[in-house]
Amino acid sequence: MADALIVVVLLLVAASATAAVAQRDPARQALVLSFLGTLLAALFTVLQAPDVGLSQLAVGSALTPLLIMLCVRKIRRRGRSKEDAR
Amino acid sequence: MNRLRLWLLAVGGAGLAALLVAACLDLPGFGGRHHPYGDRAVQASLARHTANTISSVNFDQRAYDTLGEMSILFAAVLGCVVLLRQARDEHRAPPEPAEVARPVRRYALLVLPVALVTGLYVVAHGQLSPGGGFQGGVVAATALHLLYLGADYGALERVRPLGVYETSDAVAVCAYLVLGLASVLAGTAFLANTLLPYGTFNTLSSGGAVPLLNAAVGMEVASAVVVLLAHFLDQAVEIEEEHGS
Repeated sequence: MADALIVVVLLLVAASATAAVAQRDPARQALVLSFLGTLLAALFTVLQAPDVGLSQLAVGSALTPLLIMLCVRKIRRRGRSKEDAR
Repeated sequence: MNRLRLWLLAVGGAGLAALLVAACLDLPGFGGRHHPYGDRAVQASLARHTANTISSVNFDQRAYDTLGEMSILFAAVLGCVVLLRQARDEHRAPPEPAEVARPVRRYALLVLPVALVTGLYVVAHGQLSPGGGFQGGVVAATALHLLYLGADYGALERVRPLGVYETSDAVAVCAYLVLGLASVLAGTAFLANTLLPYGTFNTLSSGGAVPLLNAAVGMEVASAVVVLLAHFLDQAVEIEEEHGS
């Protein structure tokens, strides 16, 4: 039973990681990354490492996507203001 | 020259791969009940009345490693602060107050206190249950930023005096060092957990210096994340390049 659960979560992680790579738009990539982070947290919890799972949940599914989104916003804003200046 | 470099890379890579494979072949079986290191770590953590073995490893048996990790985070955030500072050809434009959809606002303001308390709870119970300073610190710091979602950037800036967080980041790193030096002054090794009484097993005050080191890390991580996100947010929302430059 536990083994089946591990296999299912591993497959889900592999699928969402592939989706994150296949997605080309960075903003959407951040969302997929956040989903992947949640799945990884579930994987670590299933593998009896709740401490690592918690770190993953906090950093991988909240902090990293947020930082990526902020970077995307900055770059897009800069592109817009450059066009305005012309 | 290029060929030589490739050869060097190939030799190094092959050596690393061989060592990794050899190490993996010697690992205990997947999901096995016995683990030589795990058994010893659990024994050591029980001897010092720390219910969460991971915290015992992080803040007692390998507290020195944690000092290194903490310094890495501190240095990384310091580097970001230096890189993302307002440059000479940039100016600050306070962002317009944004319209927030009502469900988003309600959700953010509802979840904010819950997330904040959860983060602080995870920090405080690091020696008892999964989690600890790092996890709880990140949760508490990101919880604060729900205010940006629920209200706007101005509201977040009002509850987040950046200087205080920068100072508390440095103070927390110093506190960790001082706790380590205290044990040197007491005549034992740096960061050795022998100074404080170990307390009653499975209570908040158990584990000797573990809760204190854990709290220092929690404070450091929370302030570091707040400072990091503040500089990213400043860049994304406020700081603009001068036109015509």
